[in-house]
Amino acid sequence: MYLSTLGRTRSADGSRGAVGGTVLALGAVSLVTDVSAEMITAVLPLYLVIGLQFSPAAYGLIDGLYTGATVLLRLAGGHLADRISRHKAVAGAGYLLSALAKLGLLAAGTSAPLIGLAITADRAGKGLRTAPRDALITLTEPPERLGTAFGVHRTMDATGAFLGPLAAVGVLALAGGAFGPVFLASFCVALLGVLILALFVQDVRLPAPRERKPALSQWREALAPARSRLLPAACLLGLATVGDGFVFLLLQRRTDLGLGWFPLLAVGTSLAYLLLAAPLGRLADRFGRLRVMISGHACLVAVYLLLDGPLGGWPLLVLIPLLYGTFYAATDGILMAMAGAVLPPELRATGLALIQSGQALSYLVSSVLFGLAWQAWGPGPACLAAAAAAAVVLPVAVLLLRRKP
Amino acid sequence: MTSLRRRLIVTVLATVVLAGIALGYAALAPSAAAPAPSGVAAGSPLGSGPRLQVLTNGLLSTVTRADPGGPREVTAVRCDRAHAAAGTVACLTPAQALTATSLVVMDSALRPRTTIPLTGFPNRLRVSASGRMVAWTLFIDGHSYATTGFSTQTGVLDTRTGRTVKSLEEFAVTLDGRPYRNADVNFWGVTFTADDNRFYATLSTGGRRYLVEGDFAAGTVRTLRDNVECPSLSPDGSRIAFKAAIGADPAQGWRLSVLEVAGGRITPLAETRSVDDQPAWLDDRTVAYALQTGDGTNNTWSVPADGSGTPVLLVPGANSPAVLA
Repeated sequence: MYLSTLGRTRSADGSRGAVGGTVLALGAVSLVTDVSAEMITAVLPLYLVIGLQFSPAAYGLIDGLYTGATVLLRLAGGHLADRISRHKAVAGAGYLLSALAKLGLLAAGTSAPLIGLAITADRAGKGLRTAPRDALITLTEPPERLGTAFGVHRTMDATGAFLGPLAAVGVLALAGGAFGPVFLASFCVALLGVLILALFVQDVRLPAPRERKPALSQWREALAPARSRLLPAACLLGLATVGDGFVFLLLQRRTDLGLGWFPLLAVGTSLAYLLLAAPLGRLADRFGRLRVMISGHACLVAVYLLLDGPLGGWPLLVLIPLLYGTFYAATDGILMAMAGAVLPPELRATGLALIQSGQALSYLVSSVLFGLAWQAWGPGPACLAAAAAAAVVLPVAVLLLRRKP
Repeated sequence: MTSLRRRLIVTVLATVVLAGIALGYAALAPSAAAPAPSGVAAGSPLGSGPRLQVLTNGLLSTVTRADPGGPREVTAVRCDRAHAAAGTVACLTPAQALTATSLVVMDSALRPRTTIPLTGFPNRLRVSASGRMVAWTLFIDGHSYATTGFSTQTGVLDTRTGRTVKSLEEFAVTLDGRPYRNADVNFWGVTFTADDNRFYATLSTGGRRYLVEGDFAAGTVRTLRDNVECPSLSPDGSRIAFKAAIGADPAQGWRLSVLEVAGGRITPLAETRSVDDQPAWLDDRTVAYALQTGDGTNNTWSVPADGSGTPVLLVPGANSPAVLA
């Protein structure tokens, strides 16, 4: 069964477009939560540096906390959800923690340690909820429609990320530039997300395990189906990505884009992502997830080549966010759909968390390597090296994903 | 679970209540931008003699050198950072949540001469002793990647020729005698020498912060030594006041210090609190700097430049000190 779900599939009832209520409800939760989260992300640097006049060192320290907190909690969230077989409860706790963190930000005032604590709690909540939420999607949708389901979910998620900064600017304008109202509004929006989760998302109760296994063996079992193919493939593909920061920075330099326009590169990429995630997910279910994923990575190689290519100016400013957004739309949800079809239900959240963490770690390695290459050879050769690495890694990953378990 | 209809009603009601709370609070919360005071000058008229320019709660102000804690002339010109020399007054206007900052170069009567729109958050600002060169540093948001949490951009304006360098990152870097290139290079805290071409600044790369000497006309900088930030050249050009990261780790704070340009001897000054400011020389024996109290109030202090003495509160409730004449 494993291989068939990775390749071309036909759904039994033929109703390919529709996704279940749980996916739509989870999508709505993600949309609302992302509006809330991106409201904060959009104003936090402004708040710390203008509002509180933090020095760059203090700002750097707080920014570092942002990323560190998630990886371990992602694994913990996945593990816990499987262990007590309550995906909704664990995801809900994550959503609630992030919501309360917004209130903490409001209460923290000018204290750097308290602000750091609130931000860490916010990221911890995100780490906790991601794997159980993705597991819920895979548990409620039939395997042959997982690409579509993740496409719809990621579209709604990206829509929230797209609307969040706009909401923040609106509240700032209404409040005459004060930051407190943005935090409170973000909390209210996050609370609405928790409410939608509580009211509309149905938990999947798996048959109770015959015996309680020790925690370590749960990890080992979750690793088994992912170990030979998905985990190494995810890590390899993670190695091909150098990070948004580098891509946008290079694009800004190539096109001499004014710094005020810099955030628009991310907005353009989000727009391409949200417009393409659902159609590409459906395409993946119909013509094969692997094919869509290969095309996505081809877009990434094209992005690297264009960054060192002859093209410049407006064509480049349109083409790169478009291709980069397509890369995200064709790979992020699709990988989860592939994994969802392979991992046994009772270990799904654990397995998804493992794969997501593996990919995140290898991405960290590749971004450091890219930084070193840039330093040693300059931006042009570094881009060519990234394109070459992505082109080498892709066939190996494809071979791994096609292998029979 | 209750019926879909009831769940939908609960959701809509909750949305209305939450939106009401969020928007109500936003509309009623005190606005961040305090109304600008009317009238060009407030406060008491000043006596004669040399003066100091400072910022009082972000408003350009003047006090006398003889009685800096005394009467103060406060204008309505709002700046995040200000500096002045030889009849040139430079001001980085405040970045609000919805408006960007700009550099405004004024004459001694505060008439704007040049305005350059900028992106980022004001951090450092210097006018060269002759009043010709203006250099600024901004924090840039969204410019950060994988390893660093912040990024700065430092620009220079030659008011005589109009030549503007938006970012010193365009300059060719020589690090420890060898050409160097890295995406993580950041500059901050420029100070010009008397010829208005050579300058000193901080270059940060690979987690280290160097003192660099630059040549504006040639477009080059080269590193001189490690762990020197926010240099400020003394009026006689013989010493550089700067902030030295304690244990070369900015997280532990900075010690105000003075470096002899010839010989390289470093003297820590008597100020033991952590100073995060580009010091300003009041004369060849004294440096001034701002310190922020826990509640966000800025105070300008001064301390002897030879390591002796103790810090003295120079101008209460003020920052961005500069000697006017």
